[in-house]
Amino acid sequence: MPSFIDRRLNPQDKSLGNRQRFLKRARGELKRSIKEKIRTGKIADADAEHAVPMPARGTGEPAFQNAPGTGRRDHVLPGNKEYQAGDRIPKPSGGAGGSGKAAGDSQETEDDFRFVLSREEVLDLFFEDLELPDMVKLNLKEVVAFKPRRAGFAKTGTPTGINVGRTMRNSYGRRIALGRPKQEEVDAIMAEIATLEAETKPVAATLQRLAGLRAELEHFERRRRLIPYIDPIDIRFNRFDPQPLPNANAVMFCLMDVSGSMGEREKDLAKRFFVLLHLFLKRRYERIDIVFIRHTHEAREVDEETFFYSTQSGGTVVSTALEEMQRIVEERYPSKDWNIYAAQASDGDNFANDSERCVTLLDKTIMPLCQYYAYIEIIDERESHIFGSTDNGTSLWRSYRMVGNKWPNFQMTRIARPSEIYPVFHELFSRDSNLRKLGTKAR
Amino acid sequence: MDAAIPSRLLFTDSDWDFAKLSRTYEAIEEIAVDDLGLDTYPNQLEIISAEQMLDAYSSVGMPLMYRHWSFGKHFLYEAQLYRKGLRGLAYEIVINSNPCIVYLMESNTMALQAVVTAHAAFGHNHFFKNNYLFRQWTDAGAILDYLEFAKSYIARCEERHGLEAVEAVLDAAHALMDQAVFRYRRPPRLSSEKEREGLREKLEYEERTYNDLWRTLPTPKNEEEAEEADHGAAERKKKLNLPEENLLYFLEKNSLVLEPWQREILRIVRVIAQYFYPQRQTQVMNEGCATFVHYTIMNALYDKGMINEGAMLEVLQNHSNVVFQPSFDDPRFSRINPYALGFDMMRDICRIATDPTDEDRDWFPDIAGNGDWRATLLDAWANHRDESFILQYLSPALIRKWRMFVLADNASESHYEVASIHNERGYSKIRSALARSYDIGMSRPDIQIVDVDLLGDRHLRLEHKVKDGLLLDEATRDQTLRHIRSLWGYAVSLAGVDAETGAMLYERSSNQITD
Repeated sequence: MPSFIDRRLNPQDKSLGNRQRFLKRARGELKRSIKEKIRTGKIADADAEHAVPMPARGTGEPAFQNAPGTGRRDHVLPGNKEYQAGDRIPKPSGGAGGSGKAAGDSQETEDDFRFVLSREEVLDLFFEDLELPDMVKLNLKEVVAFKPRRAGFAKTGTPTGINVGRTMRNSYGRRIALGRPKQEEVDAIMAEIATLEAETKPVAATLQRLAGLRAELEHFERRRRLIPYIDPIDIRFNRFDPQPLPNANAVMFCLMDVSGSMGEREKDLAKRFFVLLHLFLKRRYERIDIVFIRHTHEAREVDEETFFYSTQSGGTVVSTALEEMQRIVEERYPSKDWNIYAAQASDGDNFANDSERCVTLLDKTIMPLCQYYAYIEIIDERESHIFGSTDNGTSLWRSYRMVGNKWPNFQMTRIARPSEIYPVFHELFSRDSNLRKLGTKAR
Repeated sequence: MDAAIPSRLLFTDSDWDFAKLSRTYEAIEEIAVDDLGLDTYPNQLEIISAEQMLDAYSSVGMPLMYRHWSFGKHFLYEAQLYRKGLRGLAYEIVINSNPCIVYLMESNTMALQAVVTAHAAFGHNHFFKNNYLFRQWTDAGAILDYLEFAKSYIARCEERHGLEAVEAVLDAAHALMDQAVFRYRRPPRLSSEKEREGLREKLEYEERTYNDLWRTLPTPKNEEEAEEADHGAAERKKKLNLPEENLLYFLEKNSLVLEPWQREILRIVRVIAQYFYPQRQTQVMNEGCATFVHYTIMNALYDKGMINEGAMLEVLQNHSNVVFQPSFDDPRFSRINPYALGFDMMRDICRIATDPTDEDRDWFPDIAGNGDWRATLLDAWANHRDESFILQYLSPALIRKWRMFVLADNASESHYEVASIHNERGYSKIRSALARSYDIGMSRPDIQIVDVDLLGDRHLRLEHKVKDGLLLDEATRDQTLRHIRSLWGYAVSLAGVDAETGAMLYERSSNQITD
């Protein structure tokens, strides 16, 4: 007698530990893949699963193996049709490939072998050199919380969710409509029958009355049986909809200087900066629009592709971007309905007197509209120790300092490396609880 | 419904349930034991899902295994191939253990479950229990306990010494798995749990009572030097049992830099490699035996009226997929299908035993026409491995049926040469060439440890016997040498020596390998 064991309900993911070890092993290469994905992909797509090529470095499993193109081998093959002993067959020009196939080791090609990294794994890799505090990492990875919210009534549900009031109302209406005899009516008839029966000498009229009453009672009782007090069709359940928290919209403005001085490295850093802000917003808001504004000496709203990849020559007038942003806000994103976030990346160049104008624009019109304004100035790694913490710098930097001093939700920093991006958001993440309140204002 | 049919049908539809499985198992067992005379371990049939089958794939088919990144990598490969629909999953996996564990896929139809039960729970199971290689080299009763021990031991090492340290040892050990088996002499038995426990306690005691002061005691130098002078190279080798083919065994016992826990890990990898070694030598026979058994049993069930035509057709369709062998020029051809070759050889042996031709009487005087194919097969299954089995039983009739030919492939020439075809002159040559191709000892590079001077520079010398001019792939050779160096701790070198002439073909030292 065999013993049968049903293993199907055993804990799944038996090889999860092996997967984690593998990802750890290939971390460097996977990180490069993810970085490349984020660099070439859309900002909003960063926060998702990604298929990545199988890493080859560091994941080889060497062993002593015979090299394919050496020595003498005999292959025994089935299906001879015309060959005679002594026939010669030229080798295919591929050389090693041909003999490899004949030898029977079908090697899988690693070229286009891709596997899927989960969202958590992608974010882990993305966060790695941003040096985010653990608390923040955890917050960003957290999926938007849903809270069940009352949303009317449903005909189906669990017994615990029965809405008694609504059920009874339906029942009452149905009973009236179908004319279900009430208990009092039945009681009254039964009482009258009882009194009539109590009479010792009933006259004919009484007997007739009694028979009539009995017939009526029987009729009533039949009706009461047919028309139940509560019918399954009366029953209503409370209905709940999952509601993301908080329920509000946000728009994120990405402003970037695209003049010639912004090279590949600068744009790459800027992109990570934008992705990070987007991740933060995505957690907070149900819907996020992203607006890309690029500028040289004139500013224009463009799509993401153009924003990061097309080049444009010209001078640098930062205020044009701010004006464009202001125009778009007025046109499409009224600040009473939208939470407005702005992220600006630049190398600090600006046209001579324009910085003053930027300050005025920010101070008077833009900052009152914005939840948060983050500015990063991307500097050369060699300069980073000179400019590190001093207030010296470009005219734009000095002017923005004034805005920063006045508005607490204006943050700015100079960065040369990815690890320096986070401080500009520091306020954003630490004031999380305050923002939660702010975030819900535009319900 | 069932009661209305006065038939002996075990099942009528394609859905399975445990009652049907059990009924079918008993019917199969009756035929397997009474008719075929199979002798099996008790069976434990486990139903698993596709996901669990993939898990089993990636841990070399074992129900439990220690953790290592390479298993994660294999899982990703298998899962990807499966999801893309490039490869179906096996219907079953069977484990050489006592009781014999057979995994059945939940998605199999009832007819398939019957085939799989006959194939794995009786065919493979009988082979595991009776074949001499498995009897001598594996301990079916102990393997699951041993794996349990291996898994928890390595997990404990990871906790104590960190993931990286354990991973480094496992990586190096895995690289040497092919050279971690005893091919010629019987390995020591798996030590019992009790012995291992004792060993561990001893080690822990030594660790607890370790005193660094002892290390500072001056060693009696003169005596040592005198001793060293006495030891000639020959005596030195004899003491270390050199040459040694089992590289991991040597490193485990003699490495001067390994900690006790690292040695235990090498031992675990070595024991698992040894456990799988018989399976690699008996692929054709093992699958041939199982396929023959399921074919015979399913036909017997059909003849007895226990399965209906529909089920039988499904069985035959699956069976013919399994034993499909495309010709060498077919795009689907990759190699000789061990199921097909094994099954055809078993059938051929039946034919020779019961209905021999004159040719068979010439070639197989001792079995031709003996009339008892059951006993002939049981004997072959018990006493051969692929190489000897083919050398003994591949008949000219089968060579003609398969139209086999030998293609000589010399790397230095620009053409292949057809060396032999299925004619009088070719039969025995084809037979021995095919047998040789299943000889693992021949197809695996032969690498042995030949010398080390433990009291001198401790340079570990390996020798690769180059057969037929087959050299090693240089990239993987260097990486593997680096792994050996990390386990040995001192310089390692590998010399390639021609097996026939003894001429030195190459020499590679770990000192020459840079990152």
